[in-house]
Amino acid sequence: MAFLEIDRLSKTFGNVRILKEINLEIEKGGFLVLVGPSGCGKSTLLNCIAGLEPITSGEIRINGRNVAGLHPSKRDIAMVFQSYALYPNMTVAGNIAFGMEIRGVPKLERDKAIARVAETLQIGHLLDRKPSQLSGGQRQRVAMGRALVRDPQVFLFDEPLSNLDAKLRVDMRTEIKRLHHRVKTTIVYVTHDQIEAMTLATKIAVLRDGVLQQFGTPAEIYNNPANMFVADFMGSPAMNLLAASVEGGSEGDVRVSIDRPNAPPLSLPVNGVGEALRPFAGRNVVFGIRPEALTDPDGADRNAHSVVEGDCLIDVVEPAGSDTFAVTRLGGKEVVARLRADARLQPGQTARLAFNLDKAVFFDPSDQSRIA
Amino acid sequence: MTALPFDSPETPHAHDMGQDTGRGWRITNRIVIYGLLVLFAVLYLMPLFVMLVTSFKTMDEIQGGNMLALPQSPTLEPWAKAWGETCVGLTCAGIKGYFWNSLKMVVPAVLISTLLGALNGYVLTKWRFRGHNLVFGLMLFACFIPFQSVLLPMATILGSIGRFGVTLQNAFGTSLGLGNPTVNLVFVHVVYGLGFTTLFFRNYYEAFPSELVKAAQIDGASFFQIFRRIMLPNSLPIFVVTVIYQFTNIWNDFLFASAYAGTGESMPMTVALNNVVNTSTGVVEYNVNMAAAMIAALPTLLVYVVAGRYFVRGLMAGAVKG
Ligand SMILES: Nc1ncnc2c1ncn2[C@@H]1O[C@H](COP(=O)(O)OP(=O)(O)O)[C@@H](O)[C@H]1O
Ligand SMILES: [Mg+2]
Repeated sequence: MAFLEIDRLSKTFGNVRILKEINLEIEKGGFLVLVGPSGCGKSTLLNCIAGLEPITSGEIRINGRNVAGLHPSKRDIAMVFQSYALYPNMTVAGNIAFGMEIRGVPKLERDKAIARVAETLQIGHLLDRKPSQLSGGQRQRVAMGRALVRDPQVFLFDEPLSNLDAKLRVDMRTEIKRLHHRVKTTIVYVTHDQIEAMTLATKIAVLRDGVLQQFGTPAEIYNNPANMFVADFMGSPAMNLLAASVEGGSEGDVRVSIDRPNAPPLSLPVNGVGEALRPFAGRNVVFGIRPEALTDPDGADRNAHSVVEGDCLIDVVEPAGSDTFAVTRLGGKEVVARLRADARLQPGQTARLAFNLDKAVFFDPSDQSRIA
Repeated sequence: MTALPFDSPETPHAHDMGQDTGRGWRITNRIVIYGLLVLFAVLYLMPLFVMLVTSFKTMDEIQGGNMLALPQSPTLEPWAKAWGETCVGLTCAGIKGYFWNSLKMVVPAVLISTLLGALNGYVLTKWRFRGHNLVFGLMLFACFIPFQSVLLPMATILGSIGRFGVTLQNAFGTSLGLGNPTVNLVFVHVVYGLGFTTLFFRNYYEAFPSELVKAAQIDGASFFQIFRRIMLPNSLPIFVVTVIYQFTNIWNDFLFASAYAGTGESMPMTVALNNVVNTSTGVVEYNVNMAAAMIAALPTLLVYVVAGRYFVRGLMAGAVKG
């Protein structure tokens, strides 16, 4: 049985359905990341788990116990807010100790707990300051300290890093991961940043307009997106999604053909997933391939079963230090290929690119669902 | 501040004409604007000036001299007399008793109405219930009810409360202050002020981050603990605005004061001042009257001076974020 279970949860504000039949679960000590574009209902879901918003239907169970109707303070959770929500009138120590003070924990014990948390997060020298005297990164730490000191069953994080600058965000991300390894508490973490989701999660739930799109491990989400939305949302640079037409009869080889400018269409054999694609023969599908599966022939994955090469007209070359990105046009779309840093390429030239078809995915353009 | 648009090189004048004439225009504008400002300032300050100088003059000097002249031999006599000896109606013990009456009325009335306004604002923004907007609309409406239309209904209510007080007195030996004119005035001012104080606090708390309330809920704080520990300590600017507003209005109120405590021992300062001026014992003692008026005005002045710099800040916060 999972530690935190969300069962057919729906939530409406007035007449608007914000969350629709969400089913999720995470094992004890797991790191669940809720990811999705802004306004898709991530914070609302987190607030439902915290008990800050009443749910409309469904169930939330923590450690087997239905928490419906349980006050937020009785759910044994701790939350870190996007704005940090530090009490401006209290010192850092006061902020960390407020919950204990309310629960009537004796002063001596409170001071010990503050010292312990301050040690963990290295904020000992800030304890007497007011939140207004702290930098963004320091506020973030204090907000985490206030959550840590509760030693809860579940941590809830609502976009805790979104107000930090890029460098600090990466540092804090690592630190949160380290913290999770040490305390091993179950975490539910909300972000709109797919890189944060990939790096932190043991399980990812992708949300869109209040509907769960896909729920799985980071690798599953990345390699086997359930639909075009997930494929497009996860990964940076994003997966290339281009039109391709399926060729093949009721038997024999199945190929997809992709338009190229100034050249006959590129025809790729897709026998690995041929049977799934066969019903689409004569029709268009969406062909998805990640930039790292579209490389220069020397850089192609040697363990892949099916690598096909094709000539493509290069529009733009973007050296990025560790890699070189090349933009070409395929199937009427701009397509990004990821080449080795020292790949020699000139814009306007034709270059030979390797398609790793093991990693290719196909979607039905009519409903954006995954075919193969 | 008002002169700002004229400073800007973007004004049509500066564009249409050459650099020199533009500058000439600017200076003329400055002169006109500052001239007007000074004129209005003088007009506003004139009565205060006359009051102040007159209150330090002897009667001889007043009768003989110019109203605007500075006192020849300044004396505190009129102030002392106004405070301790002048006649209010038939009693001649100065206005000091009435000053305390006003203070006894204004302090509880201001504190109660401000705290209730804060509580209302807190509920209307952080504990929303079905129809919260309607309730707020009605509270807002209360701000527009004229004093005069409240007079008679309120008199009826106060009469009932007074009778209930008598009943209590007979039954338990104490009326709990019900029927006491000062208590009545506190009640009236709290009720009448509630619309304004609620408006102030609601607008302030509307911009107050709800995440703080949520964090406190997770920390286990109750409704009133959140109010007392999180909301109130972070409300200083709007608290000051509300206190100044309520203090000034209640201290200066004449209509309610004269209607519900217009006679006898508990009459507030404003009514007493009116009676001082109307009590004729032959010569009109302008200097004493002016001193009494100054004393009556001092507390509000004091409140402005002490808390004034928060006033603008608080009003701005409410206005911009509300
Ligand atoms: N208290 C509320 N009343 C009405 N609508 C709300 C409320 N809170 C959030 N919403 C709506 O619910 C949707 C999801 O909001 P939210 O969960 O904050 O999104 P996210 O955190 O994913 O950006 C948004 O469209 C928002 O406008
Ligand atoms: Mg959010």
